[in-house]
Amino acid sequence: MVSLCVYFQVHQPIRLRRYQIFDIGNNHNYFDTGKNEEVLNKIIKKCYMPTNSLLLDLINSMDGKFKVSFSLTGVVLEQLEQHAPKVLESFKSLVDTGCVELLSETYHHSLAFIYSKKEFEEQIKLHNKKIKNQFGFSPQVFRNTELIYNNELSNFISKLGYKGILTEGADHVLGWRSPNFIYKSKTANIKLMLKNYRLSDDIAFRFGEKGWKEYPLTADKFAQWINAINGNGHVVNLFMDYETFGEHQWADKGIFEFLKSLPHEILKHPDNNFVTPSEALSLYNAVAELDIPKLISWADIERDLSAWLGNSMQQESIKQLYLLESKVVGLGIPELINDWRKLQISDHFYYMCTKWFADGDVHKYFNPFESPYDAFISFMNILNDLKIRIKEAEKMEINEKLKDVTGDKVFWVHDGGALKNLNELAEALRKMKNETFKYHVTSEKNDFYNWVRDVINDHELAGQIKAIKNRLKAASIVANRIKEITKG
Amino acid sequence: MFGWEFPPNSIGGLGRVCFNLVKNLSQKNIDIIFVMPSGSVDSKFGKIISLDSSVKIKKVSSALVSYMTSAQYNREVLSGKKPYIYGRDLFEEVENYTKRALEAIADEHFDIIHAHDWMTFKAGIAAKKMSGKPLVVHVHSTEFDRSGDNMNPHVFSIEKEGLEFADSVITVSNYTKDKIVKYYGINSEKINVVHNATSFEDTCPVENSQIKKNHKIVLFLGRVTFQKGPDHFLKAAKKVLEHNNDVKFVIAGSGDMESYIIEKAAELGIADSVLFSGFLKEEEINRIYQLADVYVLPSVSEPFGITVLEAMKNGVPTIVSKNSGVTEVIRHCLKVDFWDTHEMSNKILALLKYDVLHNSIKQNGLDEVSKMSWHKPAERCIEIYKGLVGGV
Repeated sequence: MVSLCVYFQVHQPIRLRRYQIFDIGNNHNYFDTGKNEEVLNKIIKKCYMPTNSLLLDLINSMDGKFKVSFSLTGVVLEQLEQHAPKVLESFKSLVDTGCVELLSETYHHSLAFIYSKKEFEEQIKLHNKKIKNQFGFSPQVFRNTELIYNNELSNFISKLGYKGILTEGADHVLGWRSPNFIYKSKTANIKLMLKNYRLSDDIAFRFGEKGWKEYPLTADKFAQWINAINGNGHVVNLFMDYETFGEHQWADKGIFEFLKSLPHEILKHPDNNFVTPSEALSLYNAVAELDIPKLISWADIERDLSAWLGNSMQQESIKQLYLLESKVVGLGIPELINDWRKLQISDHFYYMCTKWFADGDVHKYFNPFESPYDAFISFMNILNDLKIRIKEAEKMEINEKLKDVTGDKVFWVHDGGALKNLNELAEALRKMKNETFKYHVTSEKNDFYNWVRDVINDHELAGQIKAIKNRLKAASIVANRIKEITKG
Repeated sequence: MFGWEFPPNSIGGLGRVCFNLVKNLSQKNIDIIFVMPSGSVDSKFGKIISLDSSVKIKKVSSALVSYMTSAQYNREVLSGKKPYIYGRDLFEEVENYTKRALEAIADEHFDIIHAHDWMTFKAGIAAKKMSGKPLVVHVHSTEFDRSGDNMNPHVFSIEKEGLEFADSVITVSNYTKDKIVKYYGINSEKINVVHNATSFEDTCPVENSQIKKNHKIVLFLGRVTFQKGPDHFLKAAKKVLEHNNDVKFVIAGSGDMESYIIEKAAELGIADSVLFSGFLKEEEINRIYQLADVYVLPSVSEPFGITVLEAMKNGVPTIVSKNSGVTEVIRHCLKVDFWDTHEMSNKILALLKYDVLHNSIKQNGLDEVSKMSWHKPAERCIEIYKGLVGGV
């Protein structure tokens, strides 16, 4: 028995426009709307529409025997919603057949796992929510951006309750082992499915290569390679970018004919079947544990992260971006958070890659910028504009916290005084009698805490004074907080 | 080989290109007779570098100075600023060079004639007629590059004649090859592209200067002429200074636009931020690179642009006009359209603002030029020679 598990990655970045130093502080529009629409439309025409319709026909004609799975990023779904609702509908029709499983990943196709676990978890939640809203589906299996994986990821993902994780069957982690089995993490109770990169890349990269000794690749020939695994493996994982069909491999090279005949050719062998990742994980036990302390990915010959984080420009720009996390999230302004998250899309860092010479052509082909340096310049300029927006938002927030409240929001002190703002609170605390203080702060309640939390809306200060039973101490905490927020 | 300048006194990159080509060819056992006008050799710079006993440097009396336009020649030579006046105008001077060069080689034995740029093309043609040996013309620049729309039809006709008469044409870039095909109607099969290179032999000690402590320096180095785009450099400078006042712009070189550029800087109100170094000698050039934080080549049309390789060799990040041949062989630079001074200033500011960018381009650029050598262009020339005479 050998099962074939096919998963397609569907992602289109939201590309940045050329953003000059002169734009900083003057222009908050970071994205190249025209270019993004143009590329999306091209890919819809060449890949999404024809492939979706072909898959739907196959599923409908094969009586539930043909199954595939997708991982759709939040940013591609967002773009489809806006520009191509019909295409989104066609993905929905596929999911509605019950033969299509959707995977979980970060909404922004980001590298958040490496830089912020908190943000990572948040983006997984955002993605799950999007998938639930659009497809009524709750993913059970996780794949990280670019199949990035290590032990630590398995620990984190197992705690979130997933059945398994997809990653790369990299030679240097498998050694003598075969990717055609289910494995489990050495450090967490979670199963792993590994990409069979040889067979996957035969389709994704080599299919149209005239110099390849297996050219032209037919479905019949490919099925024989799968049959040969029968008895030596449980599940063959074919993981690839969806754009393989019609975009990376062109229609005139016969990629659609190949896809159309593949299920029939595979199922000619009675012991073969198609499974989704969660079926494979239920069907087969893990044969061994894998210990993967270092990060791996499905990219390039190195199968590492060097395409995103290999040079100092990439490292610097991404570091600066995540340094803004606490401020952006803390401010809670949706437009700021949204722009900050879109800057996390891993493609922005990919465009800054300078290791051109080995497998660089792939990098260059997809780069909307003229060079990695141009990509870096625009990104850093944008980041500087974002910093200005954060500063301005902080200033507004300070003014908000220190401004006067009116009417029923005013704090009426037991000794007859009235407090309209934090400065007056600090002053009153310093001067009021202890009896007055004790009237407002008892073992049951703390009026100052309630007022600061609910009226002034400064949750941090509220937390600081909540348990304080000493008047002068409370006064000095409030005074310090005022100093802190006015300093920015 | 017919040339018009040779170190130690080079007016532009051409002298250095010829020097390196001759040196590397001679190391590969090609005997070279280099014929040049004596006007280009000034003894006050010291003795002529002796490359190898196999290289004979023949001097011909002529006032020819490379890159000189006909108007410039009339101004300088006829006004008595330059010595050795033989001809009445530049074209007569070319005739003079041709005549004397032919006399100089009359008793020499050679298998190939290799002529560098239009001033020596007539000599090349005459030598071919006299000896029947194959002629290679080497195009380092064309009249279209130098003069734009104000092209001199006489120079154009000499270039065209040389290109047509040649058995093989060498251009320093695909950019120039395309021009030769398009404007001169030369069959592209006859044209070989041999990109220039650089060598790492003469590196300089790191330059420390007072000005570097307080200011960032952006360098323009080249003839101050229409072709090299000094006016675009100035416009970009203005925009940079509106943003960052601590930057100094150095214009190194001389040429017919010099006074215009000086006046223009004053008009733009940036005169105290733009420094003019005048024409620089060989050893001064390396020093000025060492001072610079950014090198800009804003040329309107640049067949190659060897200064970019020299700047990279000195660890200076470069911003290079897209209309240049050098961009065909290097990746680690920033590229701009010469007319897009907004983007030019954006890139200057980015290099000054983002240290990581500056260091990345510097380091990757050093790695890139360190892999270059003059062996390759010399070998390409030998291949071309062999194709013409069937084994040298």
